[in-house]
Amino acid sequence: MLTYVLRRLFIAIPTLLLISVVIFFLVDLAPGSPASEIPLTVPPEVRAKILESLGVNAPFHVRYLLWLKQFFWVEPMYAIDYLFGTDYAQGAQRIISYSSRSPVFNIIIERLPQTLTVIGTAYAVAILIALPIGIYSAYRQYSWVDQLGTFVSMVGYSVPTFFTGVVLIVIFAVKLQWFPSIYDTTLRITDWGSLWKQIHQMILPVAVLGLYNAAEISRYTRSSMLENLSQDYVRTARAKGMSERVVVLKHVARNSMIPVVTIIALGLPGVFGGAIVTEQVFKINGIGAALIGAIHANDLPMVQTITFITAILIVTFNLIADILYGVLDPRIRYD
Amino acid sequence: MLDASRQPEPLVRVEGLKMHFPIYTGLFRSHTGDVKAVDGVSFDILPGETLGLVGESGCGKSTVGRALLRLYEPTAGRVIIDGEDVAHLSAEKLRQKRPTMQMVFQDPQASLNPRMTLAGIIGEPLDEHTSMSRAEKTQRIYELMDQVGLNRRFANRYPHEFSGGQRQRIGIARALALNPKFIVCDEPIAALDVSIQAQVVNLLEDLQERLGLTYLFISHDLSMVRHLADRVAVMYLGRIAELSPSKDLYSRPLHPYAEALLSAVNEPDPELAARRNRIILKGDVPSPANPPQGCNFCTRCPRVFDLCRQVKPDLQEVEPGRFVACHLFSDKTTAGTTGVPEARIEHNQQGASK
Repeated sequence: MLTYVLRRLFIAIPTLLLISVVIFFLVDLAPGSPASEIPLTVPPEVRAKILESLGVNAPFHVRYLLWLKQFFWVEPMYAIDYLFGTDYAQGAQRIISYSSRSPVFNIIIERLPQTLTVIGTAYAVAILIALPIGIYSAYRQYSWVDQLGTFVSMVGYSVPTFFTGVVLIVIFAVKLQWFPSIYDTTLRITDWGSLWKQIHQMILPVAVLGLYNAAEISRYTRSSMLENLSQDYVRTARAKGMSERVVVLKHVARNSMIPVVTIIALGLPGVFGGAIVTEQVFKINGIGAALIGAIHANDLPMVQTITFITAILIVTFNLIADILYGVLDPRIRYD
Repeated sequence: MLDASRQPEPLVRVEGLKMHFPIYTGLFRSHTGDVKAVDGVSFDILPGETLGLVGESGCGKSTVGRALLRLYEPTAGRVIIDGEDVAHLSAEKLRQKRPTMQMVFQDPQASLNPRMTLAGIIGEPLDEHTSMSRAEKTQRIYELMDQVGLNRRFANRYPHEFSGGQRQRIGIARALALNPKFIVCDEPIAALDVSIQAQVVNLLEDLQERLGLTYLFISHDLSMVRHLADRVAVMYLGRIAELSPSKDLYSRPLHPYAEALLSAVNEPDPELAARRNRIILKGDVPSPANPPQGCNFCTRCPRVFDLCRQVKPDLQEVEPGRFVACHLFSDKTTAGTTGVPEARIEHNQQGASK
């Protein structure tokens, strides 16, 4: 197992390097220039100096290698310094956002809590809803619960979040005025009142994202359950005189969870990467919103860094999913 | 021997067992017919006896086994095992009844939960049905593993780490865990190598001798059944064609289908094999969704006559201990008592079961 993990990590290095080149190159080639954000009233020679100071004029490979060094060497140094109060970084140049002139990682750290609370909650809610629905609708295939579950999943999966988001806002925020339409990032939870307010404002975005994720997970759970329910070992369990509860929850559900856990693990990078559309709709100041803002402002280091972090997360969670597979299914051995 | 053994109360008594699987077709999934997998089967099994159940693929042998233990919900009929009608027990009563009746499955690979260790598989029924302490359970698991000839060191391994024969031993140990009286062996050797088949069959025989088990041995391996069974029922298209003591059946089959089936048994002696009178049936087995109006075998029977195409023959005793469902033999008893009453009996059974 350990050799397998080490080998996979080793293979991940060239993969990630290749991804970083592609990301860097694509973003660099994209139309638009950081200069476009500088007001036209600024004289041309000052403008040239600003661009010079941003390091935009250096050749591609120089900028790429510099970014690479900052990402993998300088930024971890700063992280260590921050955590342990050391001074390894010694004031080295960090990855700086073009538009805000502050380190990209500081912005990401600022934005992360919003994304994690809202989108993380949505994902957790989705799992909690999806598993029982998936298990029950497989157990009672073609019952009305199953039909309803299938319909809701179909809707949840096929209707995009920017549409469900707006529909929910129109119904619950505008017409009924039950929930706010905008997520207030500045809210600090200090007492029960503000906690309630926080939950209140989270309900709509969590509902939108939860529906979308639950649709996918419940479909996987259902089909995996159906596959296992027809297996011979289920008949064995019944013949042993196990109660239906034990048969379904212990024998069938545990075996069915193997692919479902993989799907859940593969979906987790989305939680960190932020749900760009939903964050836009509800004005949540998370990572997704930061990425969209950076794209608008031609803030290349910001875009490159966030995209690359997402890529790292995807590679990592792929590995985690594979490892979980081996842990859950005794038939799979990584040697 | 058979006349004497009529006396003890049978452990298993099956009366008019029917297992129909509904067919739903069309846009609105309307109920348009039934696959009559088992269509009125009756037999008794005496304590300590092995009843063989043979027939070609798709004739409903496995369905009989599963319906007997109510792994399917039978459409009609009564299955009395050790004094209780299993076919009509409530779910909870049935669950408590399960320890008396167990099953050894055909596919030892698929019938074991891949995520449970051997100890888990064998020990689970003990958790559910007994109040043994942990140590007692472990002791019992080891005991069972010894009984079926599995090394105790294997207790924490998973099913996929074993060979086919070992897996079937696990299946047998699991079935034995709760000291059942009656075990349905559903083609327990069909998925095994010939070399292993003998081991498993010998194990089953051993266990029967030691524990006084009663078997329903379902198989399409005619020579294995001959070796193992005291009496044999030959099934064709959901009905029993002949039910006779093993020795009589193999030496002189009465029903034309039994005759044809047994002529297919391999003969090790090449000289005898050359002189063997092989009966080859023509045509295919009719669909169990649409069986012939008369005798189920009338479409392929070499000795068919008019009556066969109109009236289904009933299983009746034509010689002491030998039951045959064929019009060739029905002139020995009066037709009035055997031809009609099937429907009436069924009605009474349903009335009685309420």
